[in-house]
Amino acid sequence: MTDYIVEEHMQVEQISVFLENKSGRLSEVTAILAEAEVNIRALALADTSDFGVLRLIVDDTEKARQTLKSNGFTVGKTDVVAVEVTDRPGGLHGILTMLHDAKLNVEYMYAFVRSSGDNAVIIFRIEQEQEAIRLLESKGVNVIDGQRLYSL
Amino acid sequence: MIHDIEYETMPREALEAIQLRRLQTTLAHVYANVPFYRKKFQEVGMVPADISSLADLRRIPFTTKQDLRDNYPFDMFAVPMDNVVRIHVSSGTTGQPTVVGYTARDIGTWSMLMARALAAGGAGRGEIIHNAYGYGLFTGGLGVHYGAERLGASVIPVSGGNTQRQVVIMRDFGPTIMTATPSYALHLAEVAEEMGVSFDSLKFKFGIFGAEPWSEKMRDEIERKLNLTAVDIYGLSEVMGPGVAIECHEAKQGLHVFEDHFIPEIVDPNTLEPLPYGATGELVFTSLTKEAFPVIRYRTRDITSLNPEPCICGRTLVRMNRVTGRSDDMLIIRGVNVFPSQIESVLMETEAVAPHYQLVVDREDNLDVLTVKVEVGEQSFTDEVKGLQDLERRITKHIKELLGVSARVKLVEPKAIERSEGKAVRVVDNRDI
Repeated sequence: MTDYIVEEHMQVEQISVFLENKSGRLSEVTAILAEAEVNIRALALADTSDFGVLRLIVDDTEKARQTLKSNGFTVGKTDVVAVEVTDRPGGLHGILTMLHDAKLNVEYMYAFVRSSGDNAVIIFRIEQEQEAIRLLESKGVNVIDGQRLYSL
Repeated sequence: MIHDIEYETMPREALEAIQLRRLQTTLAHVYANVPFYRKKFQEVGMVPADISSLADLRRIPFTTKQDLRDNYPFDMFAVPMDNVVRIHVSSGTTGQPTVVGYTARDIGTWSMLMARALAAGGAGRGEIIHNAYGYGLFTGGLGVHYGAERLGASVIPVSGGNTQRQVVIMRDFGPTIMTATPSYALHLAEVAEEMGVSFDSLKFKFGIFGAEPWSEKMRDEIERKLNLTAVDIYGLSEVMGPGVAIECHEAKQGLHVFEDHFIPEIVDPNTLEPLPYGATGELVFTSLTKEAFPVIRYRTRDITSLNPEPCICGRTLVRMNRVTGRSDDMLIIRGVNVFPSQIESVLMETEAVAPHYQLVVDREDNLDVLTVKVEVGEQSFTDEVKGLQDLERRITKHIKELLGVSARVKLVEPKAIERSEGKAVRVVDNRDI
């Protein structure tokens, strides 16, 4: 039980925003966040010909969410896992292999803007994130918790 | 050619005498056999015997699509199921289709009227009819089919779809008459061109087009591209199916209503007061000879006017002008009736979709294209593109299953759909027809 609570803190909150594929929408989001003095720590955009989903990790998730919502955006919140990856050939591959062997499916991933020491930070979206965190930690991989990540 | 000289060219007085006699019979029939109509009579304190002239018809209350829906599926039938030999279903409203039935005699009447209609459009014995109306629950395909056989023409029951094969059939069999929705006719022309088949080398003489609104401009285009003479046909399953009214190829100016079987009226859609000849309003029909599914003062919602002028073809039957619109918000997409409320209920049934949507209808390559814009609310939002695409697919599938139309679903941001005085604009029809 104690283990579980400890692990719960290891995930990172990510917000996602629905955007139509039309010019200027992305800059509207960044303008709103700048105005609210929210700092964007990481960002990834997935898109189709019609629409896109903007995924953000910010220093103040709740504020970013409320501000965007009050500006008429559809905003979601998802838990993701931030992992330190050794900055050398095969670093990422090792982690993906661990997840794959444990049959943990990566829905999507993207790189964090800043590094942690000599290591890169990769954000993973994994359906069974608690299981993934347990697995990675047991293999000696450094999983970064929200508080540390927001302040990196 | 006039198929039924006696009735189609009957002096008005004789025609009206027949109409009155048949109206009285029909009213007695529905009063005795359909509780819905009996109640309507009782509401206004009338019995069928009170009807002693055609003018008395306007004292009887109207019947609406909602009434038919309320009596789903068979409560409007005026004969026992033992006597019903055919059932058709009109494209539905609010998830509830309208079911119509026919006795063997009704099928005979319908076949005869369709034979008249096809003859007015240029068909006859020895002609080959390429019938590209859909066969099935829709009345178009089978309606034309039975009429063609009655007329003694050769009918190819090609139905809708598989357009390339249709072009091969047109090239190899040499049909002389085409029956189709006007938009499908133009689509056929395009596919033929892509396949290197020129309509100038085909044998078509006449085309009989209907089941969706079209215009004089479209007629010109069809006649030019398909190298044939195009006429308009009108009908709706509630009244019978195709063959309620037909344009003669001689005049091509309005559709002769087969008044010995149907009484047309034009009423003001707001006050419901009957309007005189020439005035534009909502078209209302009373059937005079139907046994299984008679309709009394049925409001079609189609907007048109009636023209009593004599016609060069010799028919004495009144002509209705082209349908110019609807008195409700119904859309006709490739011949299928679609109400915004139907799409709305599909969206409501599809989990977690916000109630804000808009239907956009365009005509691309001569085919109607329906786009359903849906605002993405928090309940339906997921950060995975796959999940959102799944949502689009689910909605498309539901619409196809329930309404029989293919729609493109486009997810949009909240408030992306324009509001007019706080009310979302539900329908944008960009078709220029």
